[in-house]
Order: sequence, then C-alpha cells, then structure tokens
Amino acid sequence: MAKMIDAQINGRKITVEEGTSILKAAQMVGMKIPALCYHPDLPAWAACGICVTKIEGSPKLVRACATPIGAGQNILTHDPDIVNVRREVVELILANHPDDCLYCPRNGNCELQRLAAEFGIREQPFEKNVRSLPLDDSTPSIILDPEKCILCGRCVKVCQGMQNVWALEFIGRGDGTRIAGAGDVLLNETPCIKCGQCSAHCPVGAIYEKDDTAKVWRALQDGKKHVVAQIAPAVRVALGEAFGLEPGTIVTGKIYAALRRLGIHAIFDTNFAADLTIMEEATEFVHRFTTEGSTLPLISSCCPSWVDYLEKYFGDMIPHFSTAKSPQMMMASMVKTYYAQKQGIEPEDIFSFSIMPCTSKKYEITRDEHMYSTGQQDLDVVITTREFARMIKQAGIDFLNLPDEEPDNPLGMYSGAGTIFGVTGGVMEAALRTAYHMVTGEELGKVEFEMVRGLEGIKSAEIDIKGTKVRVAVAHQMGNVEEIMKQIREAKATGKEIPYHFVEVMACRGGCIGGGGQPYGATDERRKKRIAGIYKDDSQQTVRCSHNNPYIQTLYADFLEKPGSHKAHELLHTKYVDRPLYQK
Amino acid sequence: MPVSTTEELKITDGLMEFVQEWKNKPGNLIMILHRTQQEYGFVPRKIAMDLAKVLDVPLAKIYGVITFYHFFKLEKPGKNQISVCMGTACYLKGAGDLIQEIENVIGIGVNQTTDDQEFSLESVRCVGCCGLAPVLTVNGEVYGKLKKDQIAEIVAKHRGA
Repeated sequence: MAKMIDAQINGRKITVEEGTSILKAAQMVGMKIPALCYHPDLPAWAACGICVTKIEGSPKLVRACATPIGAGQNILTHDPDIVNVRREVVELILANHPDDCLYCPRNGNCELQRLAAEFGIREQPFEKNVRSLPLDDSTPSIILDPEKCILCGRCVKVCQGMQNVWALEFIGRGDGTRIAGAGDVLLNETPCIKCGQCSAHCPVGAIYEKDDTAKVWRALQDGKKHVVAQIAPAVRVALGEAFGLEPGTIVTGKIYAALRRLGIHAIFDTNFAADLTIMEEATEFVHRFTTEGSTLPLISSCCPSWVDYLEKYFGDMIPHFSTAKSPQMMMASMVKTYYAQKQGIEPEDIFSFSIMPCTSKKYEITRDEHMYSTGQQDLDVVITTREFARMIKQAGIDFLNLPDEEPDNPLGMYSGAGTIFGVTGGVMEAALRTAYHMVTGEELGKVEFEMVRGLEGIKSAEIDIKGTKVRVAVAHQMGNVEEIMKQIREAKATGKEIPYHFVEVMACRGGCIGGGGQPYGATDERRKKRIAGIYKDDSQQTVRCSHNNPYIQTLYADFLEKPGSHKAHELLHTKYVDRPLYQK
Repeated sequence: MPVSTTEELKITDGLMEFVQEWKNKPGNLIMILHRTQQEYGFVPRKIAMDLAKVLDVPLAKIYGVITFYHFFKLEKPGKNQISVCMGTACYLKGAGDLIQEIENVIGIGVNQTTDDQEFSLESVRCVGCCGLAPVLTVNGEVYGKLKKDQIAEIVAKHRGA
C-alpha cells in the first residue's frame, strides 16, 4: 500500500497518497485549479502555466499539475496574486490566438474561451501576434488548424502516448513552434489512423471533426432521395450529454424520435448490423478454430482505426484479420440491397448515412473497393455524435421531451449482443455468446463474460466451451495493442503455441463509447458511466444473443442464405492490404 | 551538375557503420543526425525515413529534433554556404544591411538556396570574432569589417570556384 501523507489545501487538512499532484489533491477538497494542458488521461507536463499555485512559505509559484504535494505543506490555490498570474497567462495565450470565436467549431465549448470568460478578460493588454498557418484538411475525418493551436501538447501526447500512432508532432521551436503532421507532411500522409482522439482532447478549435451535416441536410431537402439512417451502439449512451443528461443515460428511443422528426424515411440501428457481424465473424472463428492448420488467432476488424493501424504497423498480421466488415458497412450493404429490393427502391435513389461515435468511420466508407459492394458507394455520409447533436439543435427539436420511439424494420431490432459492440470487450463477448451456440448447439445459461469487461488496457481470459478451452485477449486504446501483437509474432516465429485464439481490438480508450466523435470531456469517470449504460441496455433486451435475433434469422432465410455464404462474402466481407506508414 | 533526388539516396556504408556503433547508446539520435548531416550536407527526408526504420524511432521524433535545432538543414544546401553573423556586435554594425545586399546580388533570402545550387544563405549567431564586426563566412572562410559594396566581389570570387 502506498504511503499516505498529511498536508493542507488552503488550510484544510488532507491526507493523500504520496506522489499525488497538488492539482488532484485540491480536487479532493473541492478546489478546481484551472489548466489547459493537463488532462486526466495524460501525464502532466506543465506546458500551459495556468495551474500555478503557492506553497506557503516559499516564494516560488509551482505548477499544480506536475508538482506532488509534500508532507506538511500548505498549498494556496486561489489567492489574488495567483489569480492575477493566471489571468495574465490566459491573456498571453490569447495574444497568440485568433479572436474569431463566433466562427469557430468549438464556439461554446472551448476551454480557452471558458477561462477567458471566467477570468473576466475584457481587453488585450498584449500585442496581438497570430501566425498565419495553413489549415490541414487532408484526411476525410479531422481538420488540423494550427493557427488556433495553443501548443498545450495534449494531441501530441494522445497520439504518441495513448495511441502510439506518432502522426502528430511539434515542429520548430520557440515562438515558431507549431503542431503538424509528423515529419511535417499533411496528416493524411502520416501514419494517422483517424481515431480523432486528438480532436477529443484538444481544448480549443485546433483539431476538430470534418463537418458533414450539410450533406445530410441537402439529401433531406432533395425530396427525391429515400433517406436512411443508422445509429451506432455507443451514440445512445453519450448523446444525452450534449443535452445536459448524465453520461450513460440511454436515449435510444429519443434518437429514433429525433430522426423521424428530421424527416428521415427509414431509421435503422447499427446494433442490428452488429448482430449480423457476429453471425459472420463467429462463423469465421468457429471455422478457423475447428479446422486443423487454420490461421489463429482471429483478430477483430470492426474498428476502422485499428484496421488502418494494423495495415500500416502490422502488415504481417493481415491473414489473422477477420474478413467481416464492420457493422456500419454491413448495414450499408444491406440497406442498398436487401432493403432496397424489399421496398422496390432503386439503390441509387437511397441516401444512406450513419451516426457514429467515431471520426474514423468517415474514412472507412471510401477506404477501398469493398466499400462499393452494392455497385455504388455503400454508405454516403457519416456524421459523429457531436454533429448529430448540432443537427438536432439546429432543427429546433426539444430532445429531452421527445417520446421514446421504435426503429424501423427489418434492420432495426437488435439483441443485447449487438449493443455491447460499443464497449471494449463487447465484440468478444457477443461473439462468444454465439460461438458457444455454434459449437455446442446449446444456449448459454449465463450470457455475461465479465472477464473481458472493464477499462484495464489488456484483458485476457480462458473460456471453457464445454471442455474446449478458448484463449481470448481484448485490447483497447491503440497503445496497448503492440504487446499482444508482439506476443503473437514471437509465438509464430519460435513455433510456440499461440497465446490466443481470438483477439479483439478497439482503438479508443473504453471502446467506441470513448470514441473521437463523442461529446467532449471524456474521462475515465465518464467512460465508466457510458459503459454502465451500454451493459444496462444489454441486460434490458429480451434477446441477448445475435443468433436469436428474429430479423437476423429472416435476413439469412430470405436473402443471405447462411453465414459465410457466397452472397454474404460478396456483401459483408472485405480484404486488407499492407500500407506504407508514410505516403510521402 | 546533376542533382540527385532524395529518392535515390541510401544510407551510406559510412553512416551505417556509425549507426551500428551508436544504435544502443543513450543519446544516439542526435549523434546519428549530426553524422547524417555531415554525410549529405543536410538531413534528406528519405534518409530520415530509413533511419527511423533502422533505429526503430518514429519519424515524428526525428523531425521534432531536426526542426528544433537550427543546426540541421532539411534542404540540400548550395555549393557555397554564406553565413552572415547576426550576433550582437555584427547586428549593431549593420549585418542586416549585408543580408539585404546579398539578397540584391544573388536573389535569395535567409535559409534559401539559389536555383543553380551555387549559394545558400543563412544567418548565424556569434562567429566569435566580434572585433571584426560585421562578419560573414563563406564555406568557413571569414570576411570581416565588411561594407556592403564588398559583397558582389566576394560572391564573384566563390561563384563557380
């Protein structure tokens, strides 16, 4: 057990673990010390200088984020001197920051704007010096606007540390420092995997999602288009935050209702397609698992950032990748084939879009020729949870007072297994529920697999399927995946027994509920609440396993024949290629 | 003179030997980058990418370093390197005028290279002979107590030499 120390915050006694930062210690007694570079996901690195505090008896100001509180110290967090210094730091940052807040994508939820308001800044005492730097809109997912960057470094720490992608770096030094694609090329030419965690952590408007809402509005106005929407699992437990609800509040019914009020013609649920993904992926797994000499482990491929990462960093692992498309793309294929046929609508008259917690999903829709399996682009547009919240507000929909409505059939009803796709471990758990049935022909008594749940970076377990041991591993937050891949590589190279049979990877911390397109402010505290929301949604479903979803059964009976059929392969599976880390 | 494109460049045997020697030592990156610049006159992108692979260091990190330190050049420099001292003494004695005059004579500004690859111009901090201010060096050869009308002569002396 860690050593505990006694200290004081503004004269109030506090006992904390040795090594606790002043900032965290202050939080424990209800004092909020402002900071722009600090984020609880990241190591403190004292870049912005706003969190300065005083240690009583010392003439120095210390940065609360990076200074551990010492035994016996009394920390002053908010005396008038400190507030003045902080105000001046904010003023200095503002001197290098554009003033076009009204036209900024972060207008209303910018951390710098909020601090300027809180400190009551009314004038610019320092000479304005805003550098003119070009916007980087090279990726389909995120936009980098270095002019707005305050050099807090959160994006760099996220990209290099948490995600281990190394697509962003500081270029230059001193007042010439700027944020740029690694190697000073456009972001799309770097190893960027479009996960958007940089945008989710940016305190200002320097990195943000590409806004595609105009395309949806246009399609709705067109009048000739049959507009079809799908919503991802993780959206339903986070969208409410944009309307003041607690993280984890399930708003699925209100989302359907809002979509109907926007004039969407058919409202489907990506959760249904997650069930479909499970049918294909579990079939693939059971086939590989029971066929001598098959390539194992099977590695999940639902996360487009993970797909991109694997293609760039672990090209040798491609044969291990599940060929099943992601739920988003499976739904898109079914909308423009199965649904179009059923409704007698020409696929080209359909405008199909999705609402995703994810910026990378915008990239996925055009990533290769398999995303055109219906003879045209399968999915027309992706908008993130944040964009969807804006659309609801623009449309004047009183979201909180909407009734709960139902999705449309035949692609709307989902099982509990479908909904848990939105959290780390969920794809694995959903697949195990169905794989158990496929192997044994029986139903599970207890469908929960708790050992793959939770926020631990790497989770591994041995599952007993009636005497057959299945070893599984689950990783989330891209930086955690390397270890698993190395274990597999090493086992293959040395001819040892493979460490796992089935591996699930999601690029974002906590899985899609912590996605780069979700409402701002994700911390582990919020992630846990969103995760709890997802598992609650699962437990509330009458059908808990994908193979028991009656609409899935009908889809196979009427259209796809059986999991892994030729038709399923044409529409629901894809291929992967080894990609260079740098395009330039 | 044929200018080799960065695509054709490979890590030379000499550089590779140096890399192998330093690979596992702490602080190796900066040493290897110094050696790289010594080898090519600058840090070519292709070589930086090759080094990233050999050293298992992200290219992001390499560019973080080579753009942080002014010493490193990212573009192939001209045959003749003109360095104008902008240290305090030289600055006060009119080094800015020298740079302006060079721009007039060879048509390039600081950190640029002439199209014919003859000259590159850089401004440097103290060269260490303030008594001779203002000072510039061409390929290390020092010219002191300069007046701007001497620039054309110095350029002519080195052109094509």
